[in-house]
Amino acid sequence: MSAVTTPARNASGGMNVKTLNRIVIYGLLALFALFYLMPLFVMLVTSFKTMDEIQNGNMLALPKAPTFDPWLKAWGETCVGLTCAGIKGYFWNSIKMVVPAVLISTMLGALNGYVLTKWRFRGATLVFGLMLFACFIPFQSVLLPMATILGSLGRFGVTLQNATGTSFGLGNPTVNLVFVHVVYGIGFTTLFFRNYYEAFPTELVKAAQVDGASFFQIFRRIMLPNSMPIFVVTVIYQFTNIWNDFLFASAYAGTGDSMPMTVALNNVVNTSTGVVEYNVNMAAAMIAALPTLLVYVLAGRYFVRGLMAGAVKG
Amino acid sequence: MSTVATSQIKLTPEHARPRASVRSRLQDALPKIVLAPSFAITIVFVYGFILWTIYLSFTNSKTFPSYVLTGSRAYQRLWGWTFDTDPPSSWYTSITNMGIFGFLYIAICLALGLFLAILLDQKIRGEGVLRPIYLYPMALSFIVTGVAWKWFLDPGLGLEQTLHQWGWTSFHFDWIKNKDFVIYTVVIAGVWQASGFIMAMFLAGLRGIDGEIMKAAQIDGATTFQLYRRIVIPLLRPIFLSAFIVLAHLAIKSYDLVVALTSGGPGGSAWLPSNFMYEYTFKRNEMAVGSASAVIMLMTIVAIIVPYLYSELREKPR
Repeated sequence: MSAVTTPARNASGGMNVKTLNRIVIYGLLALFALFYLMPLFVMLVTSFKTMDEIQNGNMLALPKAPTFDPWLKAWGETCVGLTCAGIKGYFWNSIKMVVPAVLISTMLGALNGYVLTKWRFRGATLVFGLMLFACFIPFQSVLLPMATILGSLGRFGVTLQNATGTSFGLGNPTVNLVFVHVVYGIGFTTLFFRNYYEAFPTELVKAAQVDGASFFQIFRRIMLPNSMPIFVVTVIYQFTNIWNDFLFASAYAGTGDSMPMTVALNNVVNTSTGVVEYNVNMAAAMIAALPTLLVYVLAGRYFVRGLMAGAVKG
Repeated sequence: MSTVATSQIKLTPEHARPRASVRSRLQDALPKIVLAPSFAITIVFVYGFILWTIYLSFTNSKTFPSYVLTGSRAYQRLWGWTFDTDPPSSWYTSITNMGIFGFLYIAICLALGLFLAILLDQKIRGEGVLRPIYLYPMALSFIVTGVAWKWFLDPGLGLEQTLHQWGWTSFHFDWIKNKDFVIYTVVIAGVWQASGFIMAMFLAGLRGIDGEIMKAAQIDGATTFQLYRRIVIPLLRPIFLSAFIVLAHLAIKSYDLVVALTSGGPGGSAWLPSNFMYEYTFKRNEMAVGSASAVIMLMTIVAIIVPYLYSELREKPR
């Protein structure tokens, strides 16, 4: 009797265990999805609520009367320090800083990667190693000398301004930040392009050389047309990093009208005068997060590849 | 005779046209010329600046840099402070926080990342939806993360208030305002931001494992748990190493998160060494002490990164 029932019980029990396993797995996955989504959800619903509803309602409840006012106020009216003209100006500051910094550092990275893989010379690995290590240093160890140098360049800019009528961008905080981000970004961009070009067939380059193509012709005609994926990865990586930077921004453009978005947001949130308008704060945070989130939604695959390339070499 | 003539013919063009020779030499040097600016920038603005910071840490610079060497006074001050000084030394608080934050952040991110990756690797329907959800916080800045969690953890507005409204009135969660616990809120927000990325690293590693090995182990009667413990996790060792490097590096650099989430915490109780460095250098006019703390941060990173980079670059000698 037992011999007959046991296998049958086992079989049905096995089925149950399997289903149970699936339920547990899906349950856990859903739970963690909630954990990751919660802060964004709260931020989003809060940004559409009135102050009244925030103070009396539930944090997780959907807005009863959704209002777009907090967003408009954050964009055009809220106070950053003593100026109350919204965060729009700082948003554009960030754009003005990010675009040139990304383009320049990516271009330099492409050229460096090309040289380091296709025009190898003695000591190339050492050069690359030194540039690579620069990616990992805590920026605190260069923060102060850079501040000193930027300070003297600014003073030189004033002298130039008086003498010639233009400072050539010296002393302009946005130009300074572009410079800083290029300097401390080329390590990563070089790494990306080097690893990508390493896998690119050297025979093609050799053949072009035999045909008399010059250094730049090979770069323009052979390397660049085949570099689209790594360009996307690098641009996204640099864009996210530079847009999100706070340390350099607060050290070199921490006050005044030229603050980038991250610093301005931190000031909005930590302004202690008057009533704290949480809905406006959350709208400002959403505005600051939107560009990188948008890039993530549109090109998530490349975003992940960039992170991986920065983490796992080769 | 004829051989001499030909050799002369061969030789003459190069000697007769020195311009071509300069041009071709320039062509040969061009790659190095292209690389040179980047390399020079790195040498000056990274290595030169590091030396500069090290130099400053041995002076008595206060508000402005001073270049008179005064020995290791700044380091003695850093390490001479203790918990017994009143108020407790910010440096001791910072490095204790670094220990707590670093350990928990790395350990939880690794554990959670691996756990989620294994769950997601069970042929899950909807993986394409879940993966981006776990990973998106990595696209946000620490400032945005800090603002979001500051709100969520605020006792009067966030989680505590919500649970009170739902009837759980005894629930109490004010870590963010408590000087002994505020550093753990930084861990929560940090883990929230980075664990999804660690999950993606592990998932990529899991997908790279040869299915044959798994099948063979299953045929040998290994349970799922044994399979992961004895075979899969040992195979993921390189990923553990990379993830550790990424996390250690992120942990030591964390500065923005503390600022945005806690504004430094009550009495600077949430400071990490990076916050200490910034405050002492730029706000408290103790430039030498700030520089000394930066040097210590750098040394910690060097101890972790240099052996790693060395082995990575040596593996592919070409």
